[in-house]
Amino acid sequence: MLRYLVKRVLQSVVTLIVISIVTFLLFFVAPASPARIMCGKNCDAVTVASVERRLGIDQPITTQYVKYVKGVFVGRTYGEGDLARQCPAPCLGYSFRSDEPVTDILKRTVPVTISIVAGAAVVWLVIGISLGMVSALRRGTLFDKVAMGSSLTFASMQVYFLGLIFLLIFVYSTRIMSFPRWAPPTQDPAAWLKSMILPWITLGLLNSAIYARLSRAQMLETLSEDYVRTARAKGLPKRRVYLKHALRAALTPMVTIAGLDIGAALGGTVITETVFNLQGLGRTAVDSAVIWNMPVVMATVLLAAFFIVVMNVLVDMLYAVIDPRVRLS
Amino acid sequence: MSERDVGVSDTASRPGGGAGTDGAYLQVRDLRVRFETEDGVVKAVTDLSFEVDRGKTLGIVGESGSGKSVTSLAILGLHNPKRTHTSGEILVGGRNIVRMDDEEVRKLRGRDMAMIFQDPLSSLHPFFKVGKQIAEAYLIHHRSASRREAAKHAVDLLGRVGIPQPARRAEQYPHEFSGGMRQRAMIAMALANDPDLLIADEPTTALDVTVQAQILDLLADLQREFNSAIILITHDLGVVSQVADDVLVMYAGRAVERGTVEQVMRRPQHPYTWGLLASVPSLHGDAEAELVPIKGNPPSLINIPAGCAFHPRCRYADRNDRLSFEVVPELREADEAGHSAACHLSQADRTRLYEQDIASAGVAL
Repeated sequence: MLRYLVKRVLQSVVTLIVISIVTFLLFFVAPASPARIMCGKNCDAVTVASVERRLGIDQPITTQYVKYVKGVFVGRTYGEGDLARQCPAPCLGYSFRSDEPVTDILKRTVPVTISIVAGAAVVWLVIGISLGMVSALRRGTLFDKVAMGSSLTFASMQVYFLGLIFLLIFVYSTRIMSFPRWAPPTQDPAAWLKSMILPWITLGLLNSAIYARLSRAQMLETLSEDYVRTARAKGLPKRRVYLKHALRAALTPMVTIAGLDIGAALGGTVITETVFNLQGLGRTAVDSAVIWNMPVVMATVLLAAFFIVVMNVLVDMLYAVIDPRVRLS
Repeated sequence: MSERDVGVSDTASRPGGGAGTDGAYLQVRDLRVRFETEDGVVKAVTDLSFEVDRGKTLGIVGESGSGKSVTSLAILGLHNPKRTHTSGEILVGGRNIVRMDDEEVRKLRGRDMAMIFQDPLSSLHPFFKVGKQIAEAYLIHHRSASRREAAKHAVDLLGRVGIPQPARRAEQYPHEFSGGMRQRAMIAMALANDPDLLIADEPTTALDVTVQAQILDLLADLQREFNSAIILITHDLGVVSQVADDVLVMYAGRAVERGTVEQVMRRPQHPYTWGLLASVPSLHGDAEAELVPIKGNPPSLINIPAGCAFHPRCRYADRNDRLSFEVVPELREADEAGHSAACHLSQADRTRLYEQDIASAGVAL
């Protein structure tokens, strides 16, 4: 078990290294010189060269990559002499646009995305899985048909559509809520909660539709398993057969899907963030990509990859906890 | 409705030894099971009657789709009532399962009647320890017992079905057991509440031949110990001849032959039974003799052939004018008391044909 875990973690590290190299290469196929972007339109060749030197991008790509990695772990110094600037670890460089350290940008934006995803995940897992389970147990009834019908409707909607409808209903028409404005949960939990309710419901409902359908199919499959019949043959009450014997087995594959979905969502929920005007990781990544703000793009891509890799390892560990058969291998 | 219905209304109490009712512990009368499907009505079991007393073993034999398993699931009340129509009587210790509500049947399940399934790997829950699964079966019917008592009981049971180091094995998962050990664990689970009726649905089909004999011996030993009624469902006539007292041969949802194991094996009366016997390899007969399979396939239970359901596969179907094609034969007493068959052939014809076509060909057993 421990060996399996160590192996999985090592694999993840390799994955992250490969992704960092690929992303770094992107830097160089970018058609625009960062130095030109930084010093504006009326820039002569001399200034551009000096900016390039200060950024360190006049050096060979391998040297740059080593410096970048070194910056992440021990920090680095940009430029030399009077212009020298110390960037403490973890150093991901500076935004070409605002000259702000990329780490500061991440510190500001990542909590927003994590807040959105964490709450929405709770909504979609609870609503989706319970709807799916109940539908499976009442297959063919009106409940099942309504639940599956409406889940199909929700699943075929988009965040920018459903989100705007919710804004229209709750904010602009009835004024039950004010337009979401981000507040860090550590400073003002009440305001944070208020700003998150609509994004949670929007993203949560959309995903729960898919989860309802998946968990219904999964539960139906599990209900036809021999061990469920055994549980009934023992004389267990229905509730116990479903909740203990069937549910546990049916949930196992859902753990994988949920882990990957949450990991992917943490990399940025661009549309949700945009609809509700929240400056999260996804929106920051898109904004930066548009203006070739490569240090920020690189950091967001790396972070997104990191989330997915971490969730993957987490899923594998959970799997071993749930299914004793996995522990053997 | 017989006089037996009168004295059996108390379903809550567990009648010791089936007292208060006459006759066998399990009595099935005119059982019909129908499933509604999109393709039509599946006539899974039709007009089936049999009995099993305590300490006795009934072997139910037939090909897949003959209604064997459907019958056993009906006895346990495990069919989905929404899609299944069951009629007739299933009296377990005098209580009619068919008429009882779900909750009452549930209380009998696992306590008065238990089942051993065919494939022990898929029938045990992969995520729970073997000991826990057995303890759960005990606890659900012994609400006052503590978890510790139940766990100890589970270990005792594992020991009793011949699993070495039962305390250690109880802490393992089903996938850590071998096939034979798994089936033993399954049997231990079925025995958790000393059931009066044990239904074993193809208990040895998924096992190695060497392990099969061990499991059958175990069942026989346990029957002596617990004095329970056992139904052994199988397609293997060898298994039946080894452990059963009585045999019921099923075809297309009906009983086609019924009698003691001696009667059915030595003097079979139905051409279908002849076919089954002829397709079993014999240890004593001619080693070069070819096995004779029954031609054709079992019929679809949605579209059962008119008349005798076996007529499309029967060599002798044309000997009674149109009788076999048009009239369903009744199960009637054959050569001697207690032995009956559902066949249009006359007794004399059957005896002659069996001697001439089957017995001479070096049939098994």
